[in-house]
Amino acid sequence: MPVTLLVPGVLRGEAGGAPRLNIDAAGTLRDVLDEVGRQWPRLERRIRDEQGAVRRFVNVYVDGEDCRLGAGLDTPVRDGSEVQVLPSVAGG
Amino acid sequence: MGVLLAIGTEKGLYLARSEDDRKSWEVSGPLFPMTGVYAVGIDRRPVTPRLLAGVTSSHFGPSVATSDDLGGSWREPERAPLAFPEATGASLKRVWQLAPGPDSQPGRIYAGTEPSALFVSDDGGETFEMVRSLWDHPHREKWGAGFGGQAIHTVLPHPADTSSVLVAMSTGGVYRTADAGASWTANNTGIKAYFLPDPWPEFGQCVHKVARDAGDPDRFYAQNHHGVYRSDDAGATWQSIAEGLPSDFGFAMVAHPRRPGVIYNFPLTADARRYPTGERCQVFRSQDAGATWEPLTDGLPSEPFYPAVLRDAMCADDAEPTGVYFGTRSGEVYASRDEGDSWALVAGHLPDVLSVRAAVV
Repeated sequence: MPVTLLVPGVLRGEAGGAPRLNIDAAGTLRDVLDEVGRQWPRLERRIRDEQGAVRRFVNVYVDGEDCRLGAGLDTPVRDGSEVQVLPSVAGG
Repeated sequence: MGVLLAIGTEKGLYLARSEDDRKSWEVSGPLFPMTGVYAVGIDRRPVTPRLLAGVTSSHFGPSVATSDDLGGSWREPERAPLAFPEATGASLKRVWQLAPGPDSQPGRIYAGTEPSALFVSDDGGETFEMVRSLWDHPHREKWGAGFGGQAIHTVLPHPADTSSVLVAMSTGGVYRTADAGASWTANNTGIKAYFLPDPWPEFGQCVHKVARDAGDPDRFYAQNHHGVYRSDDAGATWQSIAEGLPSDFGFAMVAHPRRPGVIYNFPLTADARRYPTGERCQVFRSQDAGATWEPLTDGLPSEPFYPAVLRDAMCADDAEPTGVYFGTRSGEVYASRDEGDSWALVAGHLPDVLSVRAAVV
């Protein structure tokens, strides 16, 4: 069962307009984002910088849990998990 | 004659177009909304000039986009057009400068970035590679970071000699290569760093902007963090040209594109008081390479005026007579269609203006 990536509205243009993407890459959050980078490279680089770090004002939740409060990119992602990308509330 | 003025702001790119010799302007935008557009470039070498924009989203990071239809549509590659190699451990924070190369290298575009690095493109700005020799410079670890960050904000390729490029950064100084980037030399002799224990160091000066003279490619003008200078020997040595200006602080320095010795500056009172001198909106022009300066105020606001003009928020076009432009942190853009003698408002109430570039199109 693939992982579902929920794409925020502001980034859907980088994913062909799709609000949800099915990704066959369970394992860790890093594996999922690596696969996103292979299929939708422009979407992935909005989420992570070129060194692979999640951008400071982008939040990624795995099954509702903020990955920054857990294992970060090593957060386990199971088959059927939901990965949600949300821009943080920041800026002026 | 059509003239395009690209206005990069804190919240997107605006384009102003004039079809009546810069008497009136139609402003559109914002493009790339909610991104800081610190760098705009107009590559005049293609038949239709190519526009380049260095855009940075505070959420989704930086990128470079190009347009071959004067801003009607924009392209951004699937892969990041500009990224630090993995081995550097660095990641791109912002593109501060996009500078077309000389006519003999038609696809060459240089990019100055934060953190301080120089990138080169040979496909018109669609993909870039980092210049490793400058990144590996032994001084790099001691380059500081100004309030705006550690960035190469000035890139001046020699108009004829493809082996010669000058770059500048705040709290780092001026560096130049004369061998196509094989080696880089600090070029700061004579530029004072009053904020360091040794005020005359080899490097570490806080250079805000450098411009190249229209007639002599070995002559440069620099606005420093206090200090206005000229070099007549390709950057090897610098001497003050601040006398005649009301202040030696400011950010912008623009050279006339055709008339040797003609430069423009927008002085601010001081480091600790970053308002226009005399609280007046006034551009200063020198027509003798900085020996004397004259204030230009015709058409500019006469009431007290407080916003600053940032380092890339002043430029000249390539029309005849030359147009001069500047944008303020309060979102106003002024233009002169007579080389600075008189001015008129192009746009108001924009976000903070970070960068402007103009060209005949």
